[in-house]
Amino acid sequence: MVEALTIVLGVGVVRGWRSTLIGAGSAFVLLAVLVAALGPALSHIPIDALRLVVGALLLAFGLQWLRKAILRSSGFVALHDEDVAFRSEREQAAAAGTDMRAGLDWYSFTVAFKGVLLEGLEVVFIVISFGTAQDALGPAAAGAAAAFVVVVAAGVLAQGPLSRVPENTIKFAVGLLLTSFGCFWGAEGAGVDWPGDEVSLLGVIAFFVVLSFALVRLLGRRRVALNARGAEA
Amino acid sequence: MRYIRSFGLFWWDFIVGDDWRVALGVGVALALTALLTHDGVNAWWLLPIAVALLLADSVRRASRS
Repeated sequence: MVEALTIVLGVGVVRGWRSTLIGAGSAFVLLAVLVAALGPALSHIPIDALRLVVGALLLAFGLQWLRKAILRSSGFVALHDEDVAFRSEREQAAAAGTDMRAGLDWYSFTVAFKGVLLEGLEVVFIVISFGTAQDALGPAAAGAAAAFVVVVAAGVLAQGPLSRVPENTIKFAVGLLLTSFGCFWGAEGAGVDWPGDEVSLLGVIAFFVVLSFALVRLLGRRRVALNARGAEA
Repeated sequence: MRYIRSFGLFWWDFIVGDDWRVALGVGVALALTALLTHDGVNAWWLLPIAVALLLADSVRRASRS
């Protein structure tokens, strides 16, 4: 969401707000339609099969986030900088030519549409996964909507990109939760009875928290050793 | 054809991401868990261990490349 806001702000500031907001709004409507259409459709699938598929997808998706967050925290991948992204977006928006279609600045419309749609698909995926696996699509969608309102309000108040948001920390936490829930539901869907039922989810989360911090520490040491070797050479 | 390819690449990147071995490993671990539970073994421990090994191996390889 923070990245989508940066794209919309970067384009809107340089090229004007009308086409940019129509593009962002169109993507938002499409995402809402996806949740409204896919959520109830998925609820007809037997819960064990659904949890197996949702668990597998959450694991694949969550591990991508967790992997990236661990590599960023240990210094092997650069942290995402919203100020740099904002400047780059502004420069590209200023350099792009003018192409009017259907009364809209086509560049602003398409960039805002794509940015919100692609970033929003991650949110839709999480909302549908959690909502259908727990039979609570409404609260899951409401939670995402609340996060959206908070991000937009923060962007309006800051009048710029949300560069002070600890993005990697948030992604680390989300990656941990997606991985843990994916592991829990995936195993349940495969027929496992967790010892202690849902209480064991806390154990799964704790296990991945400890593992992730251990990996950050190990890789951090490796990074320091590599830097020292590089300085000596 | 180009659009179909782009569409496929987008979903591959969205779900599988940078390391296909992790996605494949998750699939194999889930299949093994299902097989073991089908044979009467409550293999709740298999998936967390498999995921831990896959994650550790993935970040180790990424840090070496």
